[in-house]
Parts: sequence; C-alpha cells; structure tokens
Amino acid sequence: MLAQFVPDGTAPSPIQYLAADGALAEGVTPSMSDDEVRAGLRLMMLTRAFDTKAMSLQRQGRFGTFSQVTGQEASIVGSASALDPRIDWVVPQYRELPALLRQGLPLSSFMLYFMGNLAGSRIPDNVNILPIQISLAAQIPQAVGLAWGLQLQQTGGVVIVYFGDGASSEGDFHEACNLAGVLKAPVVFMLSNNGWAISTPRHKQSAATSLAARAPGYGFPGVVVDGNDLLAVHAVTSEAVARARAGEGPTLIESVTYRMGPHNTADDPTRYVVASELDAWKPLDPIARVQRHLTARGLWSDDQCQVVEAELSAEIEEALVVARAAPPPSASQLFDHVYADAPATMLRQRAARLGVTA
Amino acid sequence: MAELTYREAIAYGIAQELRRDPTVFIFGEDIAGAGGVFKSTVGLLEEFGPKRVIDTPISEQAILGAAMGAAMTGLRPIAEIMFSDFLAVCWDMVVNEIAKIRYMTNGQVSVPLVIRTGNGGGSRFGAQHSQSVENWAMAVPGLKVVAPSTPADVVGLLAASVRDDNPVLFFEHKSLFATKGEVPSGELVDTLGTAKVVRHGKDCTIVALALMVPRAIAAAEVLAGRGIEATVIDLRCLVPLDTQTILSSVSETGHLFTVEENPRLCGWGAEVVSIVAEECFWALDGPSIRITTPHVPLPSADVLEDAVIPSVERIVNVVAKSLDA
Ligand SMILES: Cc1ncc(C[n+]2csc(CCOP(=O)(O)OP(=O)(O)O)c2C)c(N)n1
Repeated sequence: MLAQFVPDGTAPSPIQYLAADGALAEGVTPSMSDDEVRAGLRLMMLTRAFDTKAMSLQRQGRFGTFSQVTGQEASIVGSASALDPRIDWVVPQYRELPALLRQGLPLSSFMLYFMGNLAGSRIPDNVNILPIQISLAAQIPQAVGLAWGLQLQQTGGVVIVYFGDGASSEGDFHEACNLAGVLKAPVVFMLSNNGWAISTPRHKQSAATSLAARAPGYGFPGVVVDGNDLLAVHAVTSEAVARARAGEGPTLIESVTYRMGPHNTADDPTRYVVASELDAWKPLDPIARVQRHLTARGLWSDDQCQVVEAELSAEIEEALVVARAAPPPSASQLFDHVYADAPATMLRQRAARLGVTA
Repeated sequence: MAELTYREAIAYGIAQELRRDPTVFIFGEDIAGAGGVFKSTVGLLEEFGPKRVIDTPISEQAILGAAMGAAMTGLRPIAEIMFSDFLAVCWDMVVNEIAKIRYMTNGQVSVPLVIRTGNGGGSRFGAQHSQSVENWAMAVPGLKVVAPSTPADVVGLLAASVRDDNPVLFFEHKSLFATKGEVPSGELVDTLGTAKVVRHGKDCTIVALALMVPRAIAAAEVLAGRGIEATVIDLRCLVPLDTQTILSSVSETGHLFTVEENPRLCGWGAEVVSIVAEECFWALDGPSIRITTPHVPLPSADVLEDAVIPSVERIVNVVAKSLDA
C-alpha cells in the first residue's frame, strides 16, 4: 500500500495528573493553586447538586427538558477555570452550566431560561458567553468568528467552544476547524467525549480511534486529556489558552469523560447503556477524586464537605427564589424581539393577538 | 383492524415496507438501538437487523447525501432527520441535489427516497425544535410533501411514499404521536395527492393539515352547536395538492378557512387561498380567511406556545365571527 497517512489503531493515553485515588502523578506541577482547586471543587459540587434539583423540578413540570452535567464536572470546570472571564469567552453546547457560572452568569438566570422565560435568555452585560446551543455544532463556526473578531480588535481575548463527540460529526465542526487553522484564530476547541450521543456510542460516531488526532489535519495540535481529572484538564487548557493568546492559533482538546446520567430529562438510558460500563466509571468520579486529593493533603474533610453542601443547597434555593420572583412570560414577549423594527404586517398580528394597537 | 398510536403506526408502516421490498432500508440518528428518540422506530432493528436498520453519526448532510447516492443504485432508502428544524442543516442536499437530479439529468437519474422527520409544536421545545416547515418543502420543485394526521394515514401514505419514484418529505407531527386510531389489517397503501373530507357541512370549508386537523374537527363540533355546519378537509399532502376536493367543497359552501401551524407568511394556506381565488372566485360568499401562527418564532413557555398556535377556541371564534353567527 502506497499510503503515507494510515491510522495506526492506537489511541494516545489521556494526560492525567490525578490518579483515581487522588494521588498526584510524579513529576507534575499543577497549574492551579490550592485556592483555585477548592473553588473548582465548590463549583463542581454546586452543579452536581443543581442536577438533582433540576431533575426534580422537571419531574414536577416546573422546568423544561434539561441535560445534566453529572460525571463531566472536571472537564468543564477545569477548562473554564483556565480562562480570564474579563476578556475570554465561553461558547457552550448545552451541558456546560459550570462554565457559564464561572463566567459570571447568575444561576437564577439559567433557571429562568429552563422555565421558558425569555428574561433568562438575555445574558447580563459583561458576562462573556454566547447562548446555549441545541442545534448541534452550529456554535463552533460562530466561536471561530468570535475569536477572529477578538483577534482583529486586538482584545487579547480567547474563546473556548464546547461540543460533544456527537456534534463533532457535523460538517460545521470540520469547516470551523479548517477555517480556524487558516485564520490562526485564538480559539480552543473543547470536545467533550462523554462516550455517548443520546443512544449512539462513541465508536459509532467515528471510525477514528482518537478524535483529537483530527487536529493535525487542520494544521494545529490536538491533545487527549483525562476529562475526570480537574488538574489535568486545567493544565492542558491553560496551555491551549496561552498558545491562542500568543497568536499561535487553535488547539483541539479531546476530554475523555463519561455521561453518568441520561442524555436529558426525556431520555431513558437503561435501554442502551450497559450497567457494567456505567459501573466501571463510577470509581472515576471527578468530584470524589479532587476530594480525595485534598483530603490526603489535609485541605478537605467530611465536616468541611457538609458545610459546603449546606451552603450550596442554600445558594440553589436562593436562586430559585429569585427566578420565581421574575414576572411570568407575557404575551408581548412573543413579538418584542423578532425584529429590531417590526414590520407593519407583524404589528397588525400583534395587535390582533394582544387586543391592543401597537 | 387494530388500534395503534400514531407513533406505533410509523414503525408499523415502515415494517410493512421493509418486509415487502428488500431494497428498502432505514437509517438516521438513534433510530436503531434506541428505537428513535420519539420511540417511533421501536422493534425495527430486532426484526430486520443492523444491515437494514442503521444508526448513523450526527451528520445530516451525509445522511441525506448518502440517501441520494444509495437511491441512485436502485435502493429505496428511508432517511430520518430527527427534528424537521434540522432540515435546515442539510437543506442543500434537499433543495439543490435531491430535488433537482431528475431534472438536471434530463430524466435519467431517479432518487426514490423518503425523508421522515419529526415536525411541529406543542412539546415546549422552543424556537429551534418546534417548527412546522412543510411550506419550506412545498416551495421546492421536485419534492413531494406529505403530512398525515391519523395512524391509518401514516401507514398508507408512508407506503405510497416509499413506492413513489420521487423524493418525498414525510412530516410526522410530534404532538400527534400519542393519539390513537384504527388501522385496517392487511396491506395498506394510500394515494399521494388525495385530500380527505373528514366532516361534511354546508356552511363553510375548513382546510387543515396534521395537528390542525383534529383541532379543526373539534372546532366544527362546537360550531355545529352554534348553528354552523362546517366541512373539514384534511389535506394530507401539500404536493401534489388535491385542488379538486378543495374547489368542489368551496363551490358548495362559499366560505374558505385554512388552519395552519406555520408562521403566517407564505404558509401553505396562502397557496390554497390563491387557487380558490383564481378558480372559484364567483362561488365565494365572503373573504377567505387564514388562521395561522403569527409571524414569530415559537416560544418554549407553555402558556405562550398555546397562545400562538391555532387553538380550537380561536378557530371557532374566527369562523363564527366571519360568518356572523
Ligand atoms: C443539528 C442537530 N441534529 C440532531 C440533534 C438532536 N440531538 C440533540 S443532542 C444529540 C446528541 C449530541 O451528542 P454530543 O454532541 O456527543 O453531546 P452530549 O449530549 O453527549 O453532551 C442529538 C443527536 C440536534 N439537536 N441538532
């Protein structure tokens, strides 16, 4: 065979800093300070608690269809924590709540969104995020354009864009990578490989053994990281962000993690996920791993854990109170922002529907 | 005769075609192992195996491009696009490729394929997962456009679509999945381009499609209580459009109403109204009126979604007001 580029069938082993038991690998220096690790842990625990709350609200009919983060907290928190929220941007898919919170989005705002209230769709000023994206992969070319815009305006800002292994099968992903490579756009492509896209397992998504290995095809580096390892994800992302900031262009990070729950509140994974696979991932839990690491170093204890858990559940309840206090959706919201200047035909429809003249 | 849900009728109808014709196969995202995200393809993988019931990567352009290519080899693919909103992701394949290949090869190449897709609102899925987009497809020469409202029509029209030599867009309404109806036993094959008069009345003609059909029927029952007898026509197909059934009904009643789920501008009802205006204007006793969703994206809040999509109450009010009852 005359081929020069052949898949060798091997997948590189993911970069790891913390072993499952919380022990730090030999010879590595974490890129996070102890305070940053504790802040990261708190954020991971917050969204884990919120997942349970959101599921119960959804079951009561008070929350729309919602995708939990459970299992992927380190992947999202570790990467988002490598950003400077004042100048850097997060472009999410739909499973990245902690990254949005880290950028400064109030939890109550996120709740309003899932309560169907457009008030929750408006992103507060100075919170550098784009809206949640459910039309898969459409956010990826947008993130490249956003990064390009920041580059042209010399803001020094970097964009991180999140998407799943499933979304990476869309043309949008490949076109976005190609363009970003050519532009040397300051963007980090964060591919969350959580093993599943609804019911479709990773191996049916692509015949490639490594998704990060696609990066050289677009002219930039790729890296595989243990997505359940807060410290490793942070270290790898920090490097990618530094590269982007220095004008060296994009990086593709494949974060290998696992979706521990259903795809969303409408899904029943017991139909297709084998219990043994789920069980194999349980000991790799990203939150427990950081807790073990900190405990071994005398920086965490069960008592502290209980205090933090109580604080977090109070924080969630508080956000819920704020969200519930917001005025309910009004019929005028249907028409208010469809156009910057509503055409007369629409104003007539608005008047007919609302019983008022515009 | 068996009572099936609309959702069960989809799998039943696909199975009928898979059993009958070895060139038929079906593929799409999450349709095999999981039986579809709407559970409308449950049991097919088990009966027909992984060579004919295939899960694909999330690559809509590749799904439809491959359907087209496979159809060129003489196969009859049924491809699923999970939500009709995502037809926009692969619209180039639909509009510029699949719809035009017969014409652009001077009749040489035929692509007998069916694109099934979950369409319509009512599920609180918001602006990007709730649209009724039959009229997008209706605007493209070369495509046939089908949107059944009952389980029996799902089976019969699906069979007709699979057996048709043209590409067919087959819209399955998400808010009808749980509805039930009788499906006659034995092979069931319907005819594309035939509307159904589902209720007969002398005072006005209400033309509806998909989810709007049961609402139009319910409205007609209420109107009957107020002394208005309405004919309700279930269009079932937009292309071909059964103009004969519409025109003969309007000739009899003198009043036309369309009930459309799509946002107002360029909805299919505009075409129906213009045909009636052109071909039976002198039979009309009043203005033709379109009852539609306003020209807005669909909200996800339940109260707002219910407020914009035509409801039984709105149909009753508009018809009664217009007929002065
Ligand atoms: C363009 C498009 N196609 C299909 C879907 C339906 N869909 C929603 S989520 C999903 C799976 C996405 O998987 P992945 O990108 O791996 O993200 P994960 O949910 O695993 O985090 C699919 C197929 C969609 N939302 N958009």
